[in-house]
Amino acid sequence: MSGRMVIKGGRVIDPANGTDAVLDVLVAEGVVHEIAPDLSSENAEVVDAAGCIVAPGFVDLHTHLREPGFEHKGTIATETAAALRGGFTTVCAMPNTEPPPDSGPVVAALLEQIERDAHVRVYPIGCVSAGRRGKELAAIQELTDAGCVALSDDGNPVGDGQLMRHGLELASAAGLPISEHSDDPALNGGGSINEGRISERLGLHGQPAAAEVSAVARNVALAEATGAHLHIAHISTERAVAIIADAKQRGVPVTCEVTPSHLFLTEDAVFGPGPEPAYDTNARINPPLRTEDDRRALVAGLESGVIDAIATDHAPHALEDKLCEFEHAAPGISCLETALPTVMELVHRGELSMARAVEALTSAPARCFGLDVKTPGTGSISMGASRDVVVFDPAATVTIEPAAFVSKGKNTPLAGMELRGRPVAVVLDGRLMKEATVTG
Amino acid sequence: MTSQQPTGDMTGLPPENTWRRKDLLNTDTLTHQEVELVLETAEAMREVRGRPMNKVATLRGTTVVTLFYEQSTRTRASFEMAGKALGADVINISASGSSVEKGESLIDTVRTLESIGADLVVMRHPEAGAPYLAARHTSASIINGGDGQHAHPTQALLDLFTMRSHIGDVTGKRVVIVGDIRHSRVARSNAWLLMAQGAEVVLCGPRTLLPRTTPGAHEGSGCEMTTDLDAALKGADVVMALRMQKERQQAGLIPSLREYARGYQLNDERVARAKAGALVMHPGPMNAGVEVTTSVANSAVSVIEEQVTNGVAVRMALLYLMSAGGRR
Repeated sequence: MSGRMVIKGGRVIDPANGTDAVLDVLVAEGVVHEIAPDLSSENAEVVDAAGCIVAPGFVDLHTHLREPGFEHKGTIATETAAALRGGFTTVCAMPNTEPPPDSGPVVAALLEQIERDAHVRVYPIGCVSAGRRGKELAAIQELTDAGCVALSDDGNPVGDGQLMRHGLELASAAGLPISEHSDDPALNGGGSINEGRISERLGLHGQPAAAEVSAVARNVALAEATGAHLHIAHISTERAVAIIADAKQRGVPVTCEVTPSHLFLTEDAVFGPGPEPAYDTNARINPPLRTEDDRRALVAGLESGVIDAIATDHAPHALEDKLCEFEHAAPGISCLETALPTVMELVHRGELSMARAVEALTSAPARCFGLDVKTPGTGSISMGASRDVVVFDPAATVTIEPAAFVSKGKNTPLAGMELRGRPVAVVLDGRLMKEATVTG
Repeated sequence: MTSQQPTGDMTGLPPENTWRRKDLLNTDTLTHQEVELVLETAEAMREVRGRPMNKVATLRGTTVVTLFYEQSTRTRASFEMAGKALGADVINISASGSSVEKGESLIDTVRTLESIGADLVVMRHPEAGAPYLAARHTSASIINGGDGQHAHPTQALLDLFTMRSHIGDVTGKRVVIVGDIRHSRVARSNAWLLMAQGAEVVLCGPRTLLPRTTPGAHEGSGCEMTTDLDAALKGADVVMALRMQKERQQAGLIPSLREYARGYQLNDERVARAKAGALVMHPGPMNAGVEVTTSVANSAVSVIEEQVTNGVAVRMALLYLMSAGGRR
């Protein structure tokens, strides 16, 4: 192993180090060795990056690997292979598994499985509460010591404000953020779609924006009261962006993420493109796709930095989980392999800058969960430290074909769409991962 | 009669069966021509139903399945009667006591019915959109007999048919629908159909039972929504009351049925605010004494029972138009 490799002629965008220029990158002995113009490629493998962007390997704060417990939807092996193909070299595994990682031994067993099967770096996210039941706190210090990088009850918002407050205090003491799916379950009424024009047209139970907004407000208030780092998972509403903007301005330790799906799609995706409603279960996601006003506010919030990171909320499901009545369908979108072209499409449309797009996929998420401290060089292209690099062609046309996904989850509302942006090479741990190259 | 001469014993049928849809899922995308075709055919069916020998053999060899995932009396019986009046074989399947209880998926169920030989499947399902899913996965024709809170197109068509036979063209007519609009597939399908017909539709009920956005089928379309029934009734040509469920009180949507009745019950005094002779309608099942008084339900302007009778004729029309026998 450990040959020398030169990534030649690409536009290196490394927000963490303020780099944006056409440069060569020399990788040797497992790390980025040199970044300079016209490096010699003597005794080195050459990766032709002309016309491409050379960026740090992407970092995902919100990935559902499904293992253990739901291997029919995805496994650590299949979903991390999908990550690699999508340009992600680091993913954080959400804890809605069976068993859920709510104690040290469960995390230890999970890490063993990751060590054996994973194709990219995987960090576990532990539970906030025992069994994700929202009644008693999980073993927070034990989870921290076992290697968790954040805590979350994932799709079960911590309903009890007092429990959340105590959880934030203990997590803060342990040095971990809580990543909270901010939602008021009573108010959202089990709705399967945004409450509004489309839910009314389709006769579906809607989730009002207020269910997210009020929960974000509560959680921000608790972060302010405790001084603990709160990370808001996948925000979806215009008002939530405003609350977070206000919180950040006042110095509340809050970060947040948005999914490519919420940046790119609206509730109309459930209806579909035709004159007759499609009731597209692949567009069912939680929180639901919202309105065009919300979508624009999310893109603007991402551009301005109010929203720190893009996180996929990659949620693979088996065919039968989606091939059913809309309100029976499992929520979630298989996203790792479409995240880049979705985000690049926003860049091509002029809605999002390339620099912010790359930052929100790399250094920003790495900082949210302190991953650049856990593994120095994560989310950046730092000489002597970084080991993961992605080379992508931002203009290459891709047709989204779920059948060709590496992920077990073929569930995407983007099927058949022509988007632009494709990873052409991924360097992981200083090695060129040929299998990552996406063809077609 | 045989299916080779399907229309020989019916008079007044439209000269040509121009129905081309495989399925009838809602009223929101029906064209004027399609609506006219159904209503004109229903006229002929009503004539058949009025005869002493009120059955024909037009759909002999056609199999109609009623597949009901929810309880129903009138819709199911109405479709069964409609199928039998046309000579079709009718099979009734309820979710309880069937393979559905054993966990069979909707798609597998409709495919099984297709394999058995179902030509038309009338479906009622508690989930909005379920008939759309079924329709995509079978070559049998699907008729939506009510899906969740979404749509109940045959009810809307029979309501329009009933209105037309009393007040003629509904263009410009004021139709007030009162009750639990938010949870009502009947209200939605009626609103869509009546708006497309040019009627002035008013949806009325307590604020918690009105939709949060107007159920306009298209951008820019919509209808009036109000909580003031007395004002809404002024100049009304038709008043339709919806069934008020006790569950809405338990869910905290209304304080009590008594308070509901106080503001929204159709009584003689209220009906008098509408135009003289305005029709009183109700899709059933009716809670007499809650959403409508017994006196109003039995009054001369009430067409509630006629709606049920017309339901059979309209459903006969649809089965006829949609079946292979009708399409030939």
